[in-house]
Amino acid sequence: MLNPKLYLNEKVFDSDCEMQTTRLGFGEGLLEAGKADRNIVALSADLTESTHCHKFAKEFPDRFIQCGVAEQNMASVAAGLAVSGKIPFIASYATFSPGKNWETVRTTIVYNDANVKIAGHHSGIVTGPDGATHQATEDIAIMRALPNVTIFIPCDSNQAKAATLTAAKINGPVYVRFTRDKTAVMTGDKTPFVPGKVDVYWESEKPVATIFATGYMVYHALLAAKMLKEEKVDVEVCNVSTIKPLDEQEIVRLVKKSGAVVTCEDHQVMGGLGGAIAETLAKHKPTPIEFIGLQNTFAESGKPQELLEKYKMDKNAILAAVKKVIARKTS
Amino acid sequence: MTDLTEDKIRELERKANKIRQLIIEMLAEAKSGHSAGPLGMADIFSAFYFHILKHDPKKPNDDSRDRLVLSNGHICPVRYAAMALAGYFPEKELMTLRKIDSRLQGHPHRSALPGVETTSGPLGEGLSQSIGMAIAAKMDGKAHRIYCVASDGEHQEGNTWEALMLAPKYKLDNLTLVLDRNNIQIDGDTENVMPLEPMADKYRAFGWETIEVDGHNMRAFVDAISQAQATHDKPTAIVAHIIPGKGVSYMENNYLWHGNPPGIADVAGAPPKDEQVKVALSDLKKIEEEVG
Repeated sequence: MLNPKLYLNEKVFDSDCEMQTTRLGFGEGLLEAGKADRNIVALSADLTESTHCHKFAKEFPDRFIQCGVAEQNMASVAAGLAVSGKIPFIASYATFSPGKNWETVRTTIVYNDANVKIAGHHSGIVTGPDGATHQATEDIAIMRALPNVTIFIPCDSNQAKAATLTAAKINGPVYVRFTRDKTAVMTGDKTPFVPGKVDVYWESEKPVATIFATGYMVYHALLAAKMLKEEKVDVEVCNVSTIKPLDEQEIVRLVKKSGAVVTCEDHQVMGGLGGAIAETLAKHKPTPIEFIGLQNTFAESGKPQELLEKYKMDKNAILAAVKKVIARKTS
Repeated sequence: MTDLTEDKIRELERKANKIRQLIIEMLAEAKSGHSAGPLGMADIFSAFYFHILKHDPKKPNDDSRDRLVLSNGHICPVRYAAMALAGYFPEKELMTLRKIDSRLQGHPHRSALPGVETTSGPLGEGLSQSIGMAIAAKMDGKAHRIYCVASDGEHQEGNTWEALMLAPKYKLDNLTLVLDRNNIQIDGDTENVMPLEPMADKYRAFGWETIEVDGHNMRAFVDAISQAQATHDKPTAIVAHIIPGKGVSYMENNYLWHGNPPGIADVAGAPPKDEQVKVALSDLKKIEEEVG
């Protein structure tokens, strides 16, 4: 059942559940952060509206820097602003930033300990019809490998706003990952966003498997959990909204209850959430794991749901993975 | 800036020569690092630290300081030597260059050493960071200036041109770019590796106030800085023509000394490796006597 302590949206499984994008939450969070602190500035590389920076740009034209199609320059200009006391947010598609400009991000922002917030949009295959060139499916891996960086992946628009506001208050480099497609609004006004904490969204007294999901995949993991419940298979679904630093202690505690794990991310299965969980469990509690995500391939154009089905990342694939990992546990 | 008297010019030249000697000693001790680039820029770094910059070595993070960003981080021995002479840290610390537990990283790191302004080394990123600093100063109505030293080789990086487009758009007249035009890079002469000329025309076409100077002529360089300070509504680029390896006879204008320290390898046209450090210091001592 949904964890009552987190004030989640009771209508999440209804057909009329509110759907919204995380990029909208980013735009609202950026505007609110900008109103609260005059040192917040925003930089865009010719994708102002689709990354939802336009409201900030309109409200604070003197604190908005249009860099043109130049993501390396955007990142390093932001570093210069940050070491001068500003709190820059740089926004683009994640394939370009922190993809194309990764070394610039590494040197001038992360190693340089510049207080820059990197907003990576259009993450995952659910970016859809634009095709694989614009679907960021390696960004978690390339950012997670960097020391000294915080990584948030919000699961819905409310959490996206909260993560953006939190990022603004952290003194240091932060990567926040957003999606283009709408997803169910699972959290409510009272749902806490605590950086660094794994939250159990769907709980069970005696779970036989633990699903760790991040971002867009949290909703699909909940859908799978509900289907499993109807088959009398009790699992827990955990929202890993902070990938780095990872809540290792809580992850190990949760896994000790179930003894089997499925990870769900709209990203390559290498180096992302699944990799992070596997590293943690290999150190502290070796456990069978199945990995939902892109299996060492690029995706293609299509509608988000079509892509999730074709690339075995939808609720049915998650359900099958849970059954598979349970079987591995007992074999 | 104060007036540049003839006495002051001689003082700056003496300091430049001392910087060059320290560069040779540091590199010899480190047995690793770049020689020709730092030696070439010693005059300009002397001019910056002992005449142009508003700075206080005892308060390296003072908000009102002028910023000097070194984009081509590999020539950092010249910056470290100038900073030590200016009093940022003891001269003997120069001998820790590139060694374990040192603040003097092989390429400068902001968190390691106060006063280096930013981390650099990967090419083509310093001008962008300088632009960020210049925009921040404009936003906050601050009067300090931002100077960026960049190499010619790093104009082969796309990011440099992205930055060259942005600075005129925002009319950053508090930003001055000093091009270390020494015509060499690791693989050879720049015009053989990847032709860059006409550099000055390119800056003009991008909307920069552009000045060409002999980078070893103190008065010409300081005058160019004065002109940059008097320019409004656009950034200034100073193309400083530099002799790489300046002051060490066997290194001058030889690209083979771009990435080599003295005393490690036998190089065509140079003394045997065991004598390279001695000859370099002897060359510089002779110049010191001439300057007086």
